Amino acid sequence: MNEELFVSGRDIPNIDPYLNIWHWQIPLYLFLGGLAAGILFFAGFYTVRGKADRMQATVKWAPLLAPIALVLGLGALFWDLKHELYFWQLYTTVRLDSPMSWGAWTLMVITPLSLVWVASYMKEIFPWWDWKFSFLNKFEAWVIKNRVGLAWVMMVYAVILGVYTGILLSAFNARPLWNTSILGPLFLVSGFSTGLATTILLSKDPKERKRLSQIDLIFIVIELFLITHLFMGFLAGSETAIEAANLFLGGPFTVTFWVFVVALGLIFPAVLETLELLGYHVPKWLPAVLILFGGLMFRFIMVEAGQITRYLY
Amino acid sequence: MAIDTKKCVGCGDCVVACQTENNVPHGYCRDWIVERVDGTYPSLSLEFRSERCNHCDNSPCVRCCPTGASHKAEGGIVLVTHHKCIGCGACIQSCPYDARYPHPEGYVDKCTFCIHRVEKGQKTACVDVCPTHCLHFGDLDDPNSDVSLALKDRKWKVLAPEAGTKPQLYFLT
Repeated sequence: MNEELFVSGRDIPNIDPYLNIWHWQIPLYLFLGGLAAGILFFAGFYTVRGKADRMQATVKWAPLLAPIALVLGLGALFWDLKHELYFWQLYTTVRLDSPMSWGAWTLMVITPLSLVWVASYMKEIFPWWDWKFSFLNKFEAWVIKNRVGLAWVMMVYAVILGVYTGILLSAFNARPLWNTSILGPLFLVSGFSTGLATTILLSKDPKERKRLSQIDLIFIVIELFLITHLFMGFLAGSETAIEAANLFLGGPFTVTFWVFVVALGLIFPAVLETLELLGYHVPKWLPAVLILFGGLMFRFIMVEAGQITRYLY
Repeated sequence: MAIDTKKCVGCGDCVVACQTENNVPHGYCRDWIVERVDGTYPSLSLEFRSERCNHCDNSPCVRCCPTGASHKAEGGIVLVTHHKCIGCGACIQSCPYDARYPHPEGYVDKCTFCIHRVEKGQKTACVDVCPTHCLHFGDLDDPNSDVSLALKDRKWKVLAPEAGTKPQLYFLT
């Protein structure tokens, strides 16, 4: 027998017996951040490739949602803070060691950037749109002229944002489930996939949808590959890592993870997208909605399960 | 700090002294007692550990803090500047010892090694009150400090050294 007990009656709210300090706000933000990163990356990508006219939803329509997602995500983050009124302290310093500091500054760049991008397409999307002030018109003309440059910057920041949603968690050595470098690319790929799914939902052009579905299919395969790698890494790791993997391999998160994230959120939509590409009729919204649902579930499960994992001593 | 697990009886005086000295809100604690039982009856061994923040040399909480509220004070004590803390919880996630908690007022709180007392040359409240004198506090760089002398000819261990944080609580075994 070896048993450890708190004999001084330690029972701190949200800390004991299991850490549960981050609730729904953080996974929701990670989802919205990844989604916005996906939308903005592909808007930039097809602009750089000069295919803006053939990919209308990707370049013009979907980015409308990016600033909304980012602002909602920021709202969730703000809600999560326990000492909210001091949030501005984030912007008084740059802390290179802290992923959260990186994230705060990345959001400070990419949120306005996405707004500028959307603003440059406002007149095309809403023909009645009027900027009212001449300096805004001049600014718009300047942005339209420099769209390709802006697209490059946006792509870079989209990748940073997407990777950051994973690194935020993977930097915590004390939580073995998160403490793996695969989380960065995994969250990036998953975020891009949810961004593509959102764009597929908005697109009215079957050719554009087909192209996006093809890319999404590749991302889903990469995601499945990374998830396999994640568990291989854990099972070949230390006891804490094996315990973390066991939460999903027979532990309390087994069913939710493998059914909702892997089967319904990845494999099933991948099969549907393949059937669609082969010419079968599949409701266009179904795979996209499943991917969004799977992406959201994935983040909720990772955040909750990660907090349970810890060092044993 | 060194904790003599052979002398500790798990009375909890250090916990109460800390709560009183530092106005720790009801239901929270900065230090706590762990009772560990090993073996099979009738050959059991019992260890009491008075635990608190490990004031790690390589502190993950200081590294992950996005505002610099968590910092290392001169002498190595890890502290939180309340008016810089935004209550994001990153440091709580980063601590392998779960030594931090969100204070009901919003900022993150933890053991300060009673820096307000130490600065005046006093000992921490928990050390002062311990009836078995199992807690030894002091400057590890000073070979004649209470803690250095306690560590000199005893076996000791630290908790979860594999976490790589270089913890500074030494448990004499």
